[in-house]
Amino acid sequence: MKYKSQKVAYWAFALSMLLIILQITYGFIQAFAHLGYDGLHEWIPFNTSMAVHKNLLVVWILSGFMGAAYYIIPDEADHELVGVKWAYIQLAALAAVGVTAVIGFHFGWWEGRKFLEIPRELDFLVVIDVLLFLFLILATLWKGKQRTTTAMILSVGLLAAALLYLPGMIWFDNHALDSFFRWWVVHLWVEGVWELIMGGILAYLLIKLTGVDREVIEKWLYVIVGLTFLSGILGTGHHYYYTGAPSYWLIVGGIFSALEPLAFMAMALFALNMYNKGEKRHPNKMAVKWTLGTAIVSFAGAGLLGLAHTLPQVNLYTHGTLVTAMHGHLAFWGAYGMIVFAIITYIMPNVTGRKIYDSALGNYAFWLSLVGMLGMVASFGAMGVAQVTLERRLGLDFMTVQGELHSHFWVLIITASIFTIGILLYVWNFIKYGLPNDEAIGMEDKFEKI
Amino acid sequence: MLSKKQALLFFLGGTLLFSIIFIVMSIDTVTKGIPAHTHEENMTAEVIHGRVLWDENNCMGCHTLMGEGAYYAPELTKVYDRLGPDAMKAILMSKVPWAPHGRKMVAYGFSENDAKGIVAFLKWIGEIDLNGYPADPPLKNRLK
Ligand code: HEM
Ligand code: HEM
Ligand SMILES: [Fe+2]
Repeated sequence: MKYKSQKVAYWAFALSMLLIILQITYGFIQAFAHLGYDGLHEWIPFNTSMAVHKNLLVVWILSGFMGAAYYIIPDEADHELVGVKWAYIQLAALAAVGVTAVIGFHFGWWEGRKFLEIPRELDFLVVIDVLLFLFLILATLWKGKQRTTTAMILSVGLLAAALLYLPGMIWFDNHALDSFFRWWVVHLWVEGVWELIMGGILAYLLIKLTGVDREVIEKWLYVIVGLTFLSGILGTGHHYYYTGAPSYWLIVGGIFSALEPLAFMAMALFALNMYNKGEKRHPNKMAVKWTLGTAIVSFAGAGLLGLAHTLPQVNLYTHGTLVTAMHGHLAFWGAYGMIVFAIITYIMPNVTGRKIYDSALGNYAFWLSLVGMLGMVASFGAMGVAQVTLERRLGLDFMTVQGELHSHFWVLIITASIFTIGILLYVWNFIKYGLPNDEAIGMEDKFEKI
Repeated sequence: MLSKKQALLFFLGGTLLFSIIFIVMSIDTVTKGIPAHTHEENMTAEVIHGRVLWDENNCMGCHTLMGEGAYYAPELTKVYDRLGPDAMKAILMSKVPWAPHGRKMVAYGFSENDAKGIVAFLKWIGEIDLNGYPADPPLKNRLK
């Protein structure tokens, strides 16, 4: 690393590691509850475990984004992070708000709004916390010697993500209106501004890992985020087909959301091309794997599995079934989970000074989590298709059909265990790096010629 | 070949254009479309009371409504037609977990008044024009 202040990133990543383990734990509670093993029902009913599973997911990914920004922005701007002490306070406050929210979910302190369960009182704290984060990042960028495209796209993505949180905080008496604006947050995050954040991190990684000229990489970055907004903004309509909005969304949402995979395809082609073009090989082979992995798996999970159910004619039957859960898992993991893991993998040797680049442990973590997740997605997919056929096409009762899915839920639990072993190995590897170390300052990693 | 400047213009231009279209469509949806589709004039105080309880208890954390929510418990958009008000009230007011097929619902033990509110809310939901959702099962009558 170049600057002492970049060490803050480590603590954001440590928070992510802690929270993903908790998230997965609640995932197992849910999977067992689906099978009728709900011994915890009194204390952790399904809606509690669901709220915890999804919100911890969002918080650990945001914490990963913050860590990435705390490392990347000083590097790109060529300036120490402004207000380092405040950065630590900001992260601690994020952790505190997250933990409070999760505890609250166990006592019914929540809102029944998928992904936005955090109660409004805490929302204000979230907003203040994120404003502090943005202030530190933007001030660093402002004072820095240069404002690169990569840093700008990353910062604009983070700023827009904060702004888009606001429409989710308004109360509407009409449930359908509430739902309408909930998608301004959820959809315009994952299929809009978070793609900017992902694109920014990906571009940074490719610049660092492939040695391809920055100008080339950043030009394509503009094209990718251009495609994102071209399709993703009106693509919001794919959530308005059957939720009380006018029928023009069927056409507009159908066409534009079907174009959304283009942005993810561009991202995958971009990463692979830059990698092939690069005339140098970076010694951090694990970071290269995660970087190419996220580009490809996000295309599969968000692009292809999104396309699978986004046309209104298909969505009429798959809407709100386990098909959605299939897509949700691979999209979130491939795009946002893996990009966070990629940047962590790149940064860890740089902040700790321990050059563990290509260990067996790291490889097992990568492959087991990938294979496990693909297995989970296959079992969700099998269940989803069966559910759509039996319940939505043949008209059998919901619970009757769920009873038929039991053996698939066991497969889900087995594959989720493989995934979990991968994650635990990754966390173990993370711990093995040790704490961030001032001796790592100025130890820039060098390319190897091929 | 595309220059970096052209790429930037593509990004800015596309974003601006589609944001404007999106906002215009959203204004129409929010001011006209949704109020008409949801029959906002039928949204009585009782319905809103039910809506608040739906939110406070995070019913969406297990069920789907208009296809949105979790996939643990039945879709409730048309539950009023399926069960009718009396059975619904009995489930909502039950002091033991309702679990006819093994999966448990939380035993809310709502008061009569609260249960009525939720029933009114779900009745109102059932009357929303959802562009044909949930569809009639197309193969229902083809089974012998
Ligand atoms: C990284 C990007 C993406 C992520 C993280 C993601 C995640 C999700 C999640 C979690 C849901 C469930 C939302 C809910 O019910 O509250 C969902 C729904 C949906 N997604 Fe995505 N998605 C992504 C990209 C896409 C793309 C590119 C498409 C289309 C090509 C797509 C199509 C859909 C559709 C149609 C639904 C609605 C499913 C339903 O009707 O139940 N998604 N997505
Ligand atoms: C051991 C690992 C995991 C298990 C056993 C698991 C299990 C589950 C289960 C059973 C559901 C509920 C489906 C329902 O009935 O509504 C769920 C929902 C969800 N999980 Fe996981 N999960 C795991 C890991 C993950 C990971 C790593 C991610 C993200 C990267 C994730 C993202 C989600 C999302 C977004 C939903 C909501 C999906 C929707 O409503 O469409 N899960 N998970
Ligand atoms: Fe979407």
